[in-house]
This record gives sequence, C-alpha cells and structure tokens, in this order.
Amino acid sequence: MLLIACPWCGQRDESEFTCGGEAHIQRPPDPDALSDPEWADYLFMRANPKGRHRERWCHTHGCGRWFNVERHTVTHDVLSVYRMGEAPPDDRDGDPS
Amino acid sequence: MTRYSIFSLARNALAHRPNWQRAWRSPDPRPAYDVVIVGGGGHGLATAYYLAKEHGVSNIAVLEKGWLGGGNTGRNTTVIRSNYLWDESAHLYEKALQLYEGLSQELNFNIMLSQRGVLNLVHNEHELKEMSRRVRAIRLNGIDSEILDRQAVKAEIPVINISPQVRYPILGASIQRRGGVARHDAVAWGFARAADARGVDIVQNCEVTGIDVANGRVRGLQTSRGAIAAKQVGLVAAGHSSLLAAMAGLRLPIESHPLQAMVSEPIKPVLDCVVMSNAVHVYLSQSDKGELVIGAGIDGYNSYAQRGSFQIIESQMGALLELFPSFSRLRMLRQWGGIVDVCPDASPIVGKTPVEGLYINCGWGTGGFKATPGSGWAFAHTIAQDRPHALNAPFTLERFSTGALIDEHGAAAVAH
Amino acid sequence: MTTQPYRLAEGGIVDRERPLTFSFNGRRLTGFAGDTLASALLANGVHLVGRSFKYHRPRGILTAGTEEPNALVQLETGNRSTPNLKATRVELYDGLVATSVNCWPGVSFDASALIDTAHRMVPAGFYYKTFMWPRGGWHVYEKLIRRMAGMGRAPEGPDPDRYDRVNAHCEVLVVGAGPAGLAAARAAGRSGVRVILADEQPRPGGMLLNVADTKGEPGADWVGDTLSELRSMPNVRVLTRTTVTGYFDHNFLVAVERVTDHLGPDAPAHLPRQRLWRIRAARVVLATGALERPLTFANNDRPGVMLAAAARAYVNAFAALPGRRAVVCTNDDSAYDAALDLHRNGVEIAAIADLRTDPARPAAQAAAAGLNILYGHAVVDTGGRRRVRSAHVAGIGSDGFLKGPVRALQCDLVLMSGGWSPAVHLFSQSGGRLRYDDALGAFLPDRARQRVQCAGAVNGAADTASCILQGQDAGSGDLPAAASAAVAEAGSHWPIPARNRSGEFRRFVDFQNDVTTADIALAVAEGYQSVEHLKRYTTLGMGTEQGKTGNVPGIAVLAGSLGAPLPAVGTTTFRPPYDPVTFGAIAGRDVGPLADPVRETPMHAWHVKAGAVFEDVGQWKRPFYYPLAGETKRDAVVRECLAVRNAVGLMDATTLGKIVVSGRGAVAFLNRVYTNAWDDLEVGRCRYGLMLGEDGMVLDDGVTARLATNQFLMTTTTGNASRVLAWLEEWLQTEWPDLDVYLTSVTEQFATVALAGPKARAVLSGLTSDIDVTTGAFPFMSWRSGHVAGFPARVFRISYSGELAYEISVPAAHGLNLWAALSRQGEDHGITPFGTEAMHVLRAEKGYLMVGQETDGTVTPIDLGMQWILKKRKDYIGRRSLARSAMLDPMRKRLVGLRTEDPDLVLPEGAQILPTAPYGPPETMVGHVTSSYWSGVLRRSVALALVKGGRDRETTTVHVPLDGRTARAEICDPRFYDPDGARLRG
Repeated sequence: MLLIACPWCGQRDESEFTCGGEAHIQRPPDPDALSDPEWADYLFMRANPKGRHRERWCHTHGCGRWFNVERHTVTHDVLSVYRMGEAPPDDRDGDPS
Repeated sequence: MTRYSIFSLARNALAHRPNWQRAWRSPDPRPAYDVVIVGGGGHGLATAYYLAKEHGVSNIAVLEKGWLGGGNTGRNTTVIRSNYLWDESAHLYEKALQLYEGLSQELNFNIMLSQRGVLNLVHNEHELKEMSRRVRAIRLNGIDSEILDRQAVKAEIPVINISPQVRYPILGASIQRRGGVARHDAVAWGFARAADARGVDIVQNCEVTGIDVANGRVRGLQTSRGAIAAKQVGLVAAGHSSLLAAMAGLRLPIESHPLQAMVSEPIKPVLDCVVMSNAVHVYLSQSDKGELVIGAGIDGYNSYAQRGSFQIIESQMGALLELFPSFSRLRMLRQWGGIVDVCPDASPIVGKTPVEGLYINCGWGTGGFKATPGSGWAFAHTIAQDRPHALNAPFTLERFSTGALIDEHGAAAVAH
Repeated sequence: MTTQPYRLAEGGIVDRERPLTFSFNGRRLTGFAGDTLASALLANGVHLVGRSFKYHRPRGILTAGTEEPNALVQLETGNRSTPNLKATRVELYDGLVATSVNCWPGVSFDASALIDTAHRMVPAGFYYKTFMWPRGGWHVYEKLIRRMAGMGRAPEGPDPDRYDRVNAHCEVLVVGAGPAGLAAARAAGRSGVRVILADEQPRPGGMLLNVADTKGEPGADWVGDTLSELRSMPNVRVLTRTTVTGYFDHNFLVAVERVTDHLGPDAPAHLPRQRLWRIRAARVVLATGALERPLTFANNDRPGVMLAAAARAYVNAFAALPGRRAVVCTNDDSAYDAALDLHRNGVEIAAIADLRTDPARPAAQAAAAGLNILYGHAVVDTGGRRRVRSAHVAGIGSDGFLKGPVRALQCDLVLMSGGWSPAVHLFSQSGGRLRYDDALGAFLPDRARQRVQCAGAVNGAADTASCILQGQDAGSGDLPAAASAAVAEAGSHWPIPARNRSGEFRRFVDFQNDVTTADIALAVAEGYQSVEHLKRYTTLGMGTEQGKTGNVPGIAVLAGSLGAPLPAVGTTTFRPPYDPVTFGAIAGRDVGPLADPVRETPMHAWHVKAGAVFEDVGQWKRPFYYPLAGETKRDAVVRECLAVRNAVGLMDATTLGKIVVSGRGAVAFLNRVYTNAWDDLEVGRCRYGLMLGEDGMVLDDGVTARLATNQFLMTTTTGNASRVLAWLEEWLQTEWPDLDVYLTSVTEQFATVALAGPKARAVLSGLTSDIDVTTGAFPFMSWRSGHVAGFPARVFRISYSGELAYEISVPAAHGLNLWAALSRQGEDHGITPFGTEAMHVLRAEKGYLMVGQETDGTVTPIDLGMQWILKKRKDYIGRRSLARSAMLDPMRKRLVGLRTEDPDLVLPEGAQILPTAPYGPPETMVGHVTSSYWSGVLRRSVALALVKGGRDRETTTVHVPLDGRTARAEICDPRFYDPDGARLRG
C-alpha cells in the first residue's frame, strides 16, 4: 500500500488512487500526419524504465484530480509529485540525476 | 545423461553412496555462439532445447542474470489450459498443451502435469453469453471444453458455495478437462537438463548489459561475464523485455507490473480442479503438497520489484471466501510477486524485430507458464528459419502498427 | 483432578488456582490458565505430538514459539475447526480439543510411517525422477501422493466467527515487547508522539518471561514497571497477542491481533475473532529478538530433543519440566543458562557437550554447580523411538571427525543450541539488506531501505542491558549502539559428524519437511546449488514455519558442501507473512452482503413486489423480466415485447449513466469524444453518439441532450457509467485542461422510466399539463421539461425499442411514485412493465447495437455499418486508428442480420458461423452470433452476427453448428422490424 501525496489533498493511501501509466505522452496534434508506426508509438509503445518513472495518477476516491508522480519502479519510492501541466522537477532545475 | 526412473532410484538407494549426475553443467561462457538466448526461464530454456532438438543447432548458449527459473517460471500459479477465444491464441496454447502432455517422457523429468481440469465460473447473464461463444469456438478449434450447470459445478467442487443468495451467484461454468497444473520449477529444470544434454551452455549469473548491433544486424552481447559474439540472439526475458529491447534501440508496447500470488498452509485434499472466476477475480488450485495456490490481481503501477501492495490480496480475499466460505479459517502461509510484461491486447509478441538476427519473445502477461513449450517450440522455429511459424505468425510486433491485435481481454467488456 | 506429573509446585506465570481440562488425541488432560497447549502437554509428560510431513516420523515439541515446526494440531471440530496450529502458540482454555495432524490412525501408530523404512528410495526431489510411466500415469500416482500430503483439514462449513480490519497511524511502531521493544516504546512514548507497541505473546516481556530473575538485572519487575508507565501514556497503545506479519512499502505494516482465540468457542459474541491491523508508521523499531537454532546431529528429531531456550522457557515461565534427565549439546553460551535453570529445578544434567574447545565465556557457574561439561564434544546420535531414550556423545576433532569413544548416556531430554538467528524477517521484508557477521555467526540487519531501526537481539545484542540500551536509542530516534557481544560463535559445526558413517542415520535440517543434510548434499551434487534452487528442490524452509529454525543450518550445510563461505551463499528472500494469517482476517468484513455494494434503483421495491427476476449488471440489480404465475422466461419476454409493440410498456432505465457536461467548451469537448458533430444540435434536441477508444474500438454509446447553450446531459450504458466518466475526466484534465468543461455524474440523482409503445403518448398526456406531447410540438429526438404526475420532470423523446417512446426523468426521490402513477395511468391501455431481456429483444428486432453484446472491444463503427456517424473532416478520439491498414481489410467481421432457415429455431448467442457445412475440427470460423431471440411480433427468430465480409455477403447461406446438428441461415439486413423507422417517429 503505497503512500501518495495528492497535490490537492495531501498524503493518502494508494487504494484511493488509480495509476494511469506513463506521463508526458502528448496526443499528436495532427494524427493524420503520422504513419501507422508513428501512431502506434503514441498509442502503444512505452518506455517502461527500471528506475525513475514519471507517471500519472488520479485521486479517484478523493478529489478526482489527475496529477504526475515520479516514482522509482524498484524501490517504489515516490521521488516527486507535481500537478498536470507542470514541468517535472528535473526539467525545472535542470538537474537530472 | 543418466536416465531417471524407478530403477535408477532403486540403484542409488541401494548404493553405499548415491551417485546422481549433475542435472546440468555450469560452464563459463565461450566467446562466440551461433545462437544466444537471453533469459533462463522456461521459455528461454525451451527455445534452446527445441533449437537443438528440432533444428540441429548445436552452438547455443542460454544466459541467465540470476538462477535459472527464478523469474516468472518459478513464481506463477502453474495453471495450464488452452481454452482461448481467438483462433490464433487457441492454436498456440493448444500446441503448448499438446507438448506438455508428453513432456515428462520427452524430457525424462517428471513435470507432474496434472490434467485435473480447469473450471471457469460464470456469474451473470453477460458471462453466460460470453461462455457460450468461447466454448463453441474452442470446440470447433478441436479443443476440449464443456459447459457445466450450477449443480454440475457443485459435483466437481463439493466445497464451493452455489447458493443463489451470495453477492454474485454461480450460474454455471465451462471446464477444460485437459487443463490443469504442472510443477513450475520442474519445467525449467527438465528443459535445462535436456538442453544441457544436447550441448546447450546454460550460463547462470550472467547479466546482459548491452546488445551489439552494426548495420542493422545483431553481432553479439555485452555481459557481466564478458563480451559474447552471436549470429542470432533471442530475447526471452519476460518482465525485463523492455530493458533488453532498449539496448537494441527498440521500443515495446509493454509495461511491467507486479502480479501477486499466495499459498495457504497445506491441508488435506479439498479441491480437485483449478477454479477461475473473471468476474470476482479469483483463481486457485490445490498443490500436491496440499497448499491452496491462489492468484491475486495485477497491481496498477509499473514495477520491477517482484512485490506488490497488500490491498490487492485483501480485495481478492472477500471474493474467494464468498465462493469458499469454509476456507475462512485457513491461513495464508506465503505471498510473493512476479513481474509480468503486459501487452495492450494481452497477447504475446513472438517473432522478428527490425534488427536482423534479433528475435523477441515477450508480452505473455499473466499467461506465460501455460505456453512454455509451445512458445519455445515456435520461437526456436522462428530463429532457426528466420521466419515465424504459422503458429506465431500473427503475434508480431508489427501488429501494433497495423492494428491486427489479438485482443484477449477486450472480449470481457460488459455494458447495457 | 488429574495430576500433572511434570508440573513444578511453584513458579511460572501459570495460575494454579484455575485448572483447565482439555483433550488431546482423545485423552482428557489438565493444565492451568496461562499454559500454552505445548506447556500443558509437557506438564503431563506428553512428548509425542505430531508426525513429520514426508516420513511420518514421530515428533515432539522443539520450540516454545512461532518457529515451531513439529507440534502442529487441529484445534476444535466442526465449523470452528482450525488446521495446523502450533501447539506452542495455542493458549489453553477450558474444554480445548486438539488432535495431531497428518497421521492415521493416530499419532502413536501412523500407518504412513512405513515410508520411513524406505526413505532411501525417496530422497529429495525423487518425484522428479519417477512416476513417469505410463504416459498420463502421474494422474494415478498423484491421487495417492495428495492423500499422503497435506496436514490438517479445512473445516467443512462456513466460519461462524467475524473478523475486523482496523487502520492505525503512528509516529513510531515498535514490534516486539521484549526488553529492547519495551525500552524503545517507553523512550518514544515519553517524547509524546503516537506509539504502537505490538507483541505476539499474551503478555509483554519477551525473553525476560522465560528466564529466572537474576539479582541486579532487569527482570519481571522491570517489565512490570515499564509496562505500567506505558499504559499510563495516552499516546501509547500496547497490543498483545498481535503479530506483525508483513512489512510493505512506505512503512505500511500488517499485524494480526488474536482477540478471542485464547477464549475458545465461548468467546463473547460481540468481539471479532481476529483483527487485522493496517498500520502506517512514520518510523518503525524492530525489536523482534532472535530465534535459537537446532544442531544437526543424527536423529536430532526424536520427541524429547528440544531447543535449549525452549526448555528454559517451559521451566521458568510455565513451570513445566520437559524431562528428568537431560543431555545438552551446544555451540554457544546460552545453553548453559538453560542447563542451570533446569538443574535448579531438579532436572539432572547428564552432560553438557560443547562443540567448542575453548568457549569465550567459561561456563564457571555450570562448573560450580557440578555439571559435567565436555568441551570439544557433541551429541552424535540419539536413541529411542516415540521419545528420546539416550544420547550418544563423542569428541569432535579439529578435523571435524569423531575423536575418541562414543558414550551412550541415558536421558529423556536432549537440549540443543546451535546459536541464535536474529529475527530479521520483517527487516528483510522492508527491503533492508542483511550482512553475515562471522563473529556472531548470523545474518544481521545492515542497510535499511525504509525508515526502520533494529534494536536488541535482532541487532545482535547479547544481554538484557544492551537490549534495553539499544531499545532506548532506537525509541528516541537515535541510531542504536552497535552489537556489543557475540550471541553465538560462528556456525561452523553444521553438520555434526555421525558416529557411524556407513550406518543408517539422518540429520534433520528442516524438521517439518524432513529435509536432511544428505538431501542438501544430493541437491548440491545434482547442481541445485543456488540457495533458491536448494529450497525448491529439497523444500527446505517451505513448511508452515517458513524455515525459522532450519534456514541458517541449511545454508551452512550448503556452504559446506560447496566449499564456499556462508555469506557467499546468501539467504532466500524473506516473504510475508512472518506468521500465517487467517484468510478471514484478510477479508475482514468484506464478505457476505458486504462483499461488494449492491445498487438498487428507487423503484426496486416495486419490482420485487411484481415478482421480477433480477440480473446483475455491474453492481446494479436490474429487472430481467417479470414472469406471471406459470410463465416461462420466454413466455414472459414475448408478452412484454408484444405489449410494447402493440400497446405500451414501461421500463426502469434509472441505471443508465447520466453525466452533465457544462461549460463554454462543452460542444468542442463532445466533438472530440464522440465520432459525430455536435455544433448544430439545438437546445431542446437530443442526438445519439458513439464513443471510441483511441484504438478506434467502440467504447460506449448513448443519447446526449442539449439542456442549454453550454450544458448537455449525456447518457451512457449502465455497465460503463463510471468508466466513461473517468475516461472523460482523464482527457479533460490531462490532455485538454484548456477546455472550459465540467463533468458531473447525476446517475443517482434522477430516476428514469422508459415509456414505450404506440399508446405511450396517450399515457403521458394524461399525466402532464405543461408539456405538449403532440408530434409537432414534441418531435422525435427532442426533450421537454415540465411536470409528470405532479413531479418536476425532463421528458426525452428517444427510443431504443423502435416504438414511440419517452424517457421520463424525475428527482430520484419521486421515482417510485412516478412509476406507480404511470402504471395506474396506463392500466386501461394494458401498460406492462418490461425488463432488460425484452429491451434486448426489441432493440435486436430493430438491428440496434448493444455495447458489450455486439461489441467486445475489438469492433469498430465501420464493422457495425455505422460509417454515417463518423464525421469526415474533424478529428475525434480513435479516428486515426480507423485508418490503420488492418482496419481497412474488407474481410473484417461486420454486423449483419441472420435469418434462420427454420424460422422457429432461435440460434444460441455465441454460436459460431461456418462458411460451409462442418468437416471436422479445426473448423474455419467466419463469425459468431452476437444477439439472438424469438421475436413475438415477427413470429420468427431474429439474430445479429458479426461475420467476415459483412453485408457484402447478404443472401449468402452460412452454417451454424449446434449441439449435434448444424443449422443454416441467410445473411440479411439487421433491421428486421420497421426498417424505415416510421413507428418511432409517429
């Protein structure tokens, strides 16, 4: 049972949330301009890293808001939490470690 | 290879000192191989075995990061069945089941295939229709499947609660009598021993750290035990497939999730078949040792940790006790997790990659164990012939571009 | 009262004023309040309590705690029967009934013990090497093996007891209430933060309960004082009989409190049997102690061979003597304390065989007490069958072989101590790394991954004072002092050589699973050399105590066989739970009616009264059909359908999902999530919409009404209501935050009744004065607001049946009254309630799609022949996917109608379709029947199907294999009834 800090409600149990998978996958603005493989890359291909993973979570049984979490996929440590539309912390301070 | 039999057991029992051979050697990796299989689980070992046996490839290595069979092969709930809806899946899993049926003899290693029947429960009208569709398709594919009514379910499983008063009453079930369970470790060990006997080098504690590709063709591997040149490389690493593919510059439609399971303390036989219920997310069987082996759900988040959240176990337990109220006082002895590689359509990828000489076998999700020999058999063919066998031809990586998915979970949708 | 021949006259925590009678294997015995079943059995001189798993060897009580591998019992009978409980953990209560498990006919004579004589035939992993003939023969062998295996029995009926789950939060969770844990809790408690102290024993104190008080050292008084201080602190919660069993991510721990188990069946009914504590702790202090290890000498498994510290606990805490004459074998100091305590209480110590030649701490006290100490000696074999009768002692040379003669000493008790293993299980579960300490001969906690500290014996502390010191440090948040003294010498004496190398001897490492040193050697010889392979091949450590006693000796033997240092071999993963957890406790209250919420509409009571048969749709209960007396399902459905076609019917449509979409971006939003255009929909009008996943597959459908310029009411299918809402929210929040759109679920705010049939207008007009229901004023696909039967209502003129129809929505509280009013009003018109099955038939007659029946997540709108609903120019979710190459394949399965050659034949739904008559499997299947019904109005069957090639193959005959025969049918237009839709517009 992870402990996740919803940026709107604070720390809550994982059971209140839904994980929405990899974050920062933008819907292509002009899908018709893409080839089938390019469209498939958006639709299906995922980084699936071992280590830091930026992902989307929704506080389903709480405020209902989506937000971003950076989490380690081995330790499960939550490294940062940031709202939709915000840049990931590493990008902000230019220190990807 | 010393043949295993009641006679060799007796001979060793009478001997002053038992004299059993090693089941497999422990060679150092050589600098070059014709084929290197990355991943010493059931699928990888089966691939190596069938490459050696069916295709005469002699210069093969299987590289395993840890100990062989230590990934999902040794962590699953050992269910074997081939009752799949889509023709493509049905044919592949049925090939696997047929190979399983002769595997103990073929490998001279008792994998304890127990064809005790796999029973899929049905709890609502929608599922009844779905079952009808499934069973008919399965039977027309030449695979055994029967429909059971409520009373027949009770006859198969006397401890189950068929009362209409429960939250989701049992309306019936389908059963594949040829389905069942097998001893998971034995499948890995049996393939390892038989592959080793055919000259395959099984190298444990050898982690692949890089894949050498030049001019669009695979050249070899970098490993924790040195560089290994290879004409052909097969990646068979389940939950770690994305990481390996990335070493060759490939992206996969895969996410790695924890899948949890648990066993109870051993008790005298109470359950003689495998019971599954999609609606209430329960699947269980009883091992020969007497433990109830219970599969839990997949955790929602990506993970490489081989552990999940306790809430998954909790949410499933209520459903289990609805079906089996007399199990309430039994106790959970052990719980664990594996890392399953999940494809968007819940079907595997078995075939070529855009890199010449590099092949991939992954995406089995929760269903890998039951496919082990079939997967290895088809993958060996794919590597040896450099083209897929008809059985795995539909399971390409390209299907995600063309849209020709084989959607095994979409069929569970419910509405109105 | 029966006497207890091995009970001391005084001392211990047992209450001699409260004798308790109990039954063990049918024998009536007496113990005292405060006893465990094990201590009571020992007080009665009962040592043979169980049989081992594989060889069915006689076994006794090895330990005094959770780590017990041998003494497993089936407690009670009937529905409260519980298998495999450790006698060392079962608290005695009056009337307790226990039997040994896994033996027949009884524990004294067990027929299966025959296998012990043939043990050489069945070494570790023997089953992988045989039972392969004939092919398929395993099935037969397996039946026999299964019957032999297992241990206790599952109860036959439902559990009469209840269980609870409790959430708790604290700053500091202290696990274990021995000296370190008590000190930690006190230090943390004094700082004022919330503290939970959990201990598995009935009373706090840990090892201090088991040792005789020594002058000047903290003992029972210290425990009492500390406990009363803790109990006086409002911020400290002390949980006894509570085992912390699981340590998960983010400092989430699970503990099981046995609330009434010690009271037996007479426990008060208001209490749950057990409580599962779900504890989130900012910080955890593990003071879990250490577990003594057995030694591996030949026949070390006979009843009467016991861990030294366990014997000490039985004597000191329970005043029960485990024997009269003991031989002690040890490789560490703690066994001397045990020997002295036993000696003081009248047990004759025949000899202490110390494997060490020069123990670090000379056993001065023991020598002073006149005990016979043999350095460099060991017990090398034991005699006896159902109880140990002798111990064979010999010198061990520095080469590891026997030195000098072997002496047989008569005894009825053999104590062994192979040093101590810190109970690092929870620390390891938390993700902490272990290190092997050569000086201590044990795995110790090393680097932690979570906020956890270890204190006391788990950390290597050897005496009470340093346990308390470490506990204080950890409790106040400081790093505990490093281990101060050795708890054991290196485990260099596994295995102990046998007295006769060629003779029959077995040295047991895992007592429950009968894993011997020879099994480990065999596994190594065969290449199963990874510690995980060893475990799986030999089943070492896979018993119900999960290797708590046998793991380290097993690893030591493995290391010895490999010639590798022990730390290089490592340990297997420690998996939760530390101690088995009752299924019922995991489920808590989520069983029976609370397994999953039931959703009922406001009209539910009416449906029940009308005799409706219900179906589960998601969590909802929906009327399936309303049979009249003597009617079959088919009769009822035909009657309901005909009523709608010929007169009027009413259906509860409350469960359909209802979402209000509002905001300036509402139109743009609908344009993106539906495949059709919404710009031109006028206020007061409705439109059907189809929603796709981004993969182009049909996700949901429904009618959406424009309530105002910037407000729409969307309906979804019942089963998808919450999924669609979540899906829409996700797009809004994550992809289109710039859109000014708000979504509100109003599914449960409104009750909705569908009024359908040619007389619908007549019924409705009689109940409303402010809605003009004439066709011109209220056309098809429009909505009006006003009052119906006096209730504020929105009326939508939409139809899923193909008839003139209205859907009337009122605030949920009025639903039942609206339904009743419509029923009364429609009486003269023959109004008939209809259920979901009639709805399915009516829409199928019209060729309307039902999401989840015609679609299964693999069907596109093109497959459904619904190109008309795909807007050409603008983008929408899923549009690009429809242009992928495989989607353009003309041989995709597409929706068609099927007209059976035999009009009376209703094809089964799910039936597969063949292009030709079947010739034998595998057949070529070209599609399947998605919907199929008897149509009362058409007096023939109708069916919808997905077939390769779709309506291009209209008039083609296809073959549908049924059970034992094959039906023929013709592909046709799926619109069977009123294809032009004249009736619904009328």
